[in-house]
Amino acid sequence: MGSGLSWDLTYDFQLMFSYPFMVNAFRAGTIVAVIAATIGWFMVLRRQSFAGHTLAVVGFPGAAAATWLGVATGYGYFGFCVAGALVIAALPQHTARTASAEQSAVIGTVQAFALACGYLFVSLYKGFLSGMTNLLFGTIVGVTDTQVLVLLLSAVPCLAVLIAIGRPLLFASVDPDLARARGVPVRAVGALFLVLLGVAAAGTSQVTGSLLVFALLVAPAATAHKLTTRPSVGIAASIAFALLATWIGETLAFFTVYPIGFWVTTVSFAGYLAASMWRVFADRAGRSPAVSAPAAAPAEARS
Amino acid sequence: MSIQSQAVAVANPISALADMLAHPFIVHALVAGTAIAIVSGLVGYFVVLRGQVFAGDALGHVAYTGAFAALAVGLDLRIGMFAATVGAGLVLGLLGGRSIADDVTIGTVFSWVLGLGVFFLAYYTTHDSTSNGTANVNVLFGSMFGISTSAMWAAVAVAVVLVVAMLTIARPLLFASIDSAVAAAAGVPVRALGALFLALVGATAAEASQIVGALLLFGLMAAPAAAARRLTPDPWRALWLAALLATGSVWTGVVISYAAPTLPVSFAIMTVAAALYAGSFLRRASTTADNVAVRAGVM
Repeated sequence: MGSGLSWDLTYDFQLMFSYPFMVNAFRAGTIVAVIAATIGWFMVLRRQSFAGHTLAVVGFPGAAAATWLGVATGYGYFGFCVAGALVIAALPQHTARTASAEQSAVIGTVQAFALACGYLFVSLYKGFLSGMTNLLFGTIVGVTDTQVLVLLLSAVPCLAVLIAIGRPLLFASVDPDLARARGVPVRAVGALFLVLLGVAAAGTSQVTGSLLVFALLVAPAATAHKLTTRPSVGIAASIAFALLATWIGETLAFFTVYPIGFWVTTVSFAGYLAASMWRVFADRAGRSPAVSAPAAAPAEARS
Repeated sequence: MSIQSQAVAVANPISALADMLAHPFIVHALVAGTAIAIVSGLVGYFVVLRGQVFAGDALGHVAYTGAFAALAVGLDLRIGMFAATVGAGLVLGLLGGRSIADDVTIGTVFSWVLGLGVFFLAYYTTHDSTSNGTANVNVLFGSMFGISTSAMWAAVAVAVVLVVAMLTIARPLLFASIDSAVAAAAGVPVRALGALFLALVGATAAEASQIVGALLLFGLMAAPAAAARRLTPDPWRALWLAALLATGSVWTGVVISYAAPTLPVSFAIMTVAAALYAGSFLRRASTTADNVAVRAGVM
């Protein structure tokens, strides 16, 4: 936008919120931040961040196809992301520990092919070059009331399901073998979580673009994991970081010429860097000797 | 099919082929594409063997940022691409020796790198009035039909250097990839070799993004190589088969895109490569890690 700060903050914020598109951008950003941070926390715990990345990339051809066919991009994002989640869930079960060269080659090929398909749809829909940058890297303009409503309607049931399966999901993520022995349907819980991840990736894509979902889906959650091992505190911290990154990113995108994708990734990366350094110093000072890093919990359970 | 009808069927494609090759941009695309495909196949084989497909993905992001950083300061985008990807490959390789960074760290760092690329894109498009809006699309998805004569020769020269470098380190690298502990004990400089290889992957990424773009290049590295590994258990045969399949994908993609101009050329190449890989699943996997190790040991 590049309106420029006047440094009279009250006036600046009044100016920003006098634009309906900025109000919608903040509404959408807030919904997305809450859902991405919550589901992202479990995703980092389960070491499924590349599944999240793949699902988000799959959203790009969905959105491009939707634009080409003349329907709202939201349908494309949600349709393709949830379908992608179901496909991944249906594939033979393999976790990070058994990931072979073959699997990464499959994921890589599928991702590249998905992006190529997105490019095809974009070129079939002519005169859409700047639109493609927005699909890939996000934009703050053009979030409609309907889109905010769709985001809200997808986020509420998503969070409700997550709360319902939260406890068994946590158990199954930290120690799948023990959870299975105790009668937790590990496979079904994992599949359900992937669908939730698809919804979260689709929602996040609409704010940060398909290529930068890591900024909201992974970075705030990873930052929280660096700081605390307790799930409730960790999820709350993750939500707080995601909200901060989104709000600061959207404000900076409004007052400068640089796009939201750059600002949100930079703010969340700075937070992650700060938390990593704090963790290094805290470990060195020996203040938290009991549990090293919470992200290492599955690794410990593995050995 | 009778001989006459076959002759008729063949006569048309031949004249069509001659028409196609009369266009200089097609010749440029095929010559540069062949050179780049051979490098991608050879390097891609080791990328898949070493399970470093995501490093290829990450280096694609770096290529994007390097290209726009160079454009923002007014340099040729290839300079920025090669400098950024080779540098990032060396850093990745040297860090990877000590502690293999987890996917969260890699993902967070490289999504920020890509965010930085968007910053340079915005800077370039707002500060350079002569900039054209297609630069972004060209870097992301390639501009194979826009290769000039000088760019073609530059691509071929770089490809020759990369192929020679790759073949020079191929034997110790294969040893180090299959059993790094034994290789290290036998005096192979495993860590330096790994870093050198990632620098080569970086240079290949910069080279390949000229034809298929920064977003699709790891597909061109991974798909033909993974297909080759499924088709033959012999590592050396698979290495050359990967180069052959990558070249075939590029040629077929160019022909498809020429015949059906609505299909972008990088989409056509990626589709052929993905189809080859999907097709290789029809054959039962004969390649296991043990098998590769045995064959490599035999030689």
